[in-house]
Amino acid sequence: MNLDFSEDQKQLKDQARRFFADKSPPAAVRVVLEGQARFDQAVWRGMAELGWLGTAIPEEYGGLGIGHLEQCVIAEELGRSLAAVPVSSSIYLAAELLMAAGSEAQKRRYLPKLASGEKIGTFAYAERAGAVTPRSIETQVTGGVLTGTKTPVPDGGIADFAIVAARAGDGLSLHVVDLAGPGVTRETVTTIDPTRDHATIRFESAPAEPLGAAREGDGIIGEVLNRAAVLTAFEQLGGADRALEMARDYALERFAFGRQIGSFQAIKHMLADMYVAGALARSNAYWAAWALSTNDAELAEAAATARVSATQAFQLCAKNNIQVHGGMGFTWQFDCHLYYRRSNLLALSLGSLSNWEDRLVDSLLNKNAA
Amino acid sequence: MNFDDSAEEATFRQTARGWLEANAPKHLRQELEEAPFGRLQLKSVDATQASRAWQMQKYESKWACLHWPVEYGGRGATPIERVIWQQEEGVYGKLSALFGIGHGMCGPTVMAWASEEQKRRLLPKLAAGEENWCQLFSEPSGGSDVAGLRTRAERDGDDWIVNGQKIWTSVAHLADWGLLILRTDPNVPKHAGLTMFFLDMKSPGVEIRPIKQANGQSDFNEVFFTDVRIPDSQRLGAVGQGWKVSLTTLMNERASIGARAVTGFPEMLDFCARIEIDDRPAVQDRAVRSKLATWAARASGLKYTSYRAISALSKGELPGPENSIGKLVSGSMLQEIAMAALDLQGEAGILADPALAEAAGRFQAVLLRSPAVRIEGGTDEILRNIIAERVLGLPADIRADKGMAFNQIPTKAG
Ligand SMILES: Cc1cc2nc3c(=O)[nH]c(=O)nc-3n(C[C@H](O)[C@H](O)[C@H](O)COP(=O)(O)OP(=O)(O)OC[C@H]3O[C@@H](n4cnc5c(N)ncnc54)[C@H](O)[C@@H]3O)c2cc1C
Repeated sequence: MNLDFSEDQKQLKDQARRFFADKSPPAAVRVVLEGQARFDQAVWRGMAELGWLGTAIPEEYGGLGIGHLEQCVIAEELGRSLAAVPVSSSIYLAAELLMAAGSEAQKRRYLPKLASGEKIGTFAYAERAGAVTPRSIETQVTGGVLTGTKTPVPDGGIADFAIVAARAGDGLSLHVVDLAGPGVTRETVTTIDPTRDHATIRFESAPAEPLGAAREGDGIIGEVLNRAAVLTAFEQLGGADRALEMARDYALERFAFGRQIGSFQAIKHMLADMYVAGALARSNAYWAAWALSTNDAELAEAAATARVSATQAFQLCAKNNIQVHGGMGFTWQFDCHLYYRRSNLLALSLGSLSNWEDRLVDSLLNKNAA
Repeated sequence: MNFDDSAEEATFRQTARGWLEANAPKHLRQELEEAPFGRLQLKSVDATQASRAWQMQKYESKWACLHWPVEYGGRGATPIERVIWQQEEGVYGKLSALFGIGHGMCGPTVMAWASEEQKRRLLPKLAAGEENWCQLFSEPSGGSDVAGLRTRAERDGDDWIVNGQKIWTSVAHLADWGLLILRTDPNVPKHAGLTMFFLDMKSPGVEIRPIKQANGQSDFNEVFFTDVRIPDSQRLGAVGQGWKVSLTTLMNERASIGARAVTGFPEMLDFCARIEIDDRPAVQDRAVRSKLATWAARASGLKYTSYRAISALSKGELPGPENSIGKLVSGSMLQEIAMAALDLQGEAGILADPALAEAAGRFQAVLLRSPAVRIEGGTDEILRNIIAERVLGLPADIRADKGMAFNQIPTKAG
């Protein structure tokens, strides 16, 4: 048994940690937070040059084709640094949707540009509050053109194309839409985490190219969300780890009542609980990484487990990190709020926690029934 | 990453499986699976006898305490072989719970600190279950603060004379030997005045009184010592070194991985699929699903945390500190699950008679036993302190008794 990354993968992780520490320190993330840029182009280009956008994209489509485990270790380091780049939209979602459902021609056309970072893709799914189900989607495609409104679309303001979910009978169909093309207007929206771009996109008879078989979109989306959930869980792990470290360091440094605040049990036990949540989430994420990389039948269960666990861990660590910092934790100047914002953004970005709890219970029941 | 055995591991697993196939008490399998939480109770046979018989059978084929050296009753198995054995032995492992403290804590302490002759005399009999051991650490004055213990030993020629009282001693009534930590010098700070011994539980002056537990059973005891003589040859480690010796015992508790923490989750999932709320199975209910998902993620997190530890062992490395979270997570989870399972049963949730209660009273038994899991072997609070201090590097608690001679330490308010 070996539920651990290989030496090579660990080296890649170290390299990624150095890369993000160097290229994406908090000051760089704050450039996007303050609205001076919509994403961090230098980090994006740097990742592309290292081949890190195409780690899981096959070589024939311009990627490195090494695999998803490598993508997981990079995701963890990205999450730790909060890098302001559209990796999740373009790679975990758009590239995965194309790999899952694209025709040969579509893969050849889009994947190399996603791998090289030349183009940014995204997935336009939600339309209104509440869990996304086929019934909650009103976007329609008739005669090759798509009409509807999607919000919030992650990286919607910076993406070049979107894969859009549209209603088709009882089910959903997927379409690729050029966001610079006719019939598309987009408007940036304010979110709880301005370090990642989000937009409302209106489509009015926008030309749309079908992706995958008509009405089979729902199943494809379900599978790709599982894959994206695993990668996102690694981002959450990285963020949780960093938030715990920040809290620990501050608890050692700050004095109150003549002693380190880290010597108060209320603080010690809070930090211990953060550690426990992180350790459980890490173990679940490793299992899910294995299932993702081998395409195992356990993927649905493992992904939902990793997602629930990592969401809970990151939210706990990020909110307690502010608590440990006291008043300082509530300043714009300290980085605690960056982690708090990101933890809550990631908790919702592929569907909410309760949604994933549902998916987890369903997969457990399916397994028991089998 | 993979979940496969190496070639040697696979061969070992085959050997273990083959032996179990031919020798395990299969007639007890179902009963063991259904046995309620807490002390092992079986309907068809006497549980203590069945435990002893299985232990002896394993011992004779070198499957008992297999990670111990051959000369002390084991087979010199590697840590990973031990884990494989535990996986294969599965539910039959419940039969060895009776010897858990002896095998898991007392044995390793004897192995590290006793003379060669003593080890050859004591350990094989412990492995075989022919003799059982108990751990006499906690006292009325303190379990968390065990170094504040008061039972004293005074030197008398080649012997020590012991007076005082231990409490919460599991299986003392079934034990032949006890691992005993005593105060040999009250004039120095508390950790410095302790010495470790082992003693024959049949020694004159030892009196064992069962304590009735909150769940109605009696698995632990008070043990009184009145002028009990222990030969100095039964001292483990130097005089005044008892605290250091006790850390061997306590560390071994943590290192005994592989034995998966019981969380109650699989039983709860089955139960929620069966019991109905508003004419549909409870698993369809939103609130129930949310709780199930959180428990599932925690149970799975513990499972894969132990797999990560096994991976480290299999590479010949030591498991990381995350391995210490098992009891902390599973203890409160068991209790939460029990309460939630009773809640689903409505007023009938109060029924504890296995013949009448849902799931044969399993969750009622868990409800009543689970508080102990959060106390025994280190309370939740002590475990959080250990994680905070040893894993995260936070400062130790400020101690009011630091540097003070033991006999100067305050013991009550006012
Ligand atoms: C079922 C069972 C079996 C047991 N078997 C054995 C056995 O075989 N051998 C043996 O030696 N002992 C045994 N014990 C005893 C067990 O180890 C102690 O009960 C335990 O260590 C707690 O000690 P205490 O009972 O004195 O409680 P205390 O130490 O008095 O604790 C009371 C409360 O204070 C809290 N507390 C204490 N110190 C601190 C601190 N520093 N910081 C924060 N909170 C603190 C505790 O967490 C707890 O909530 C057993 C206990 C149980 C329940």
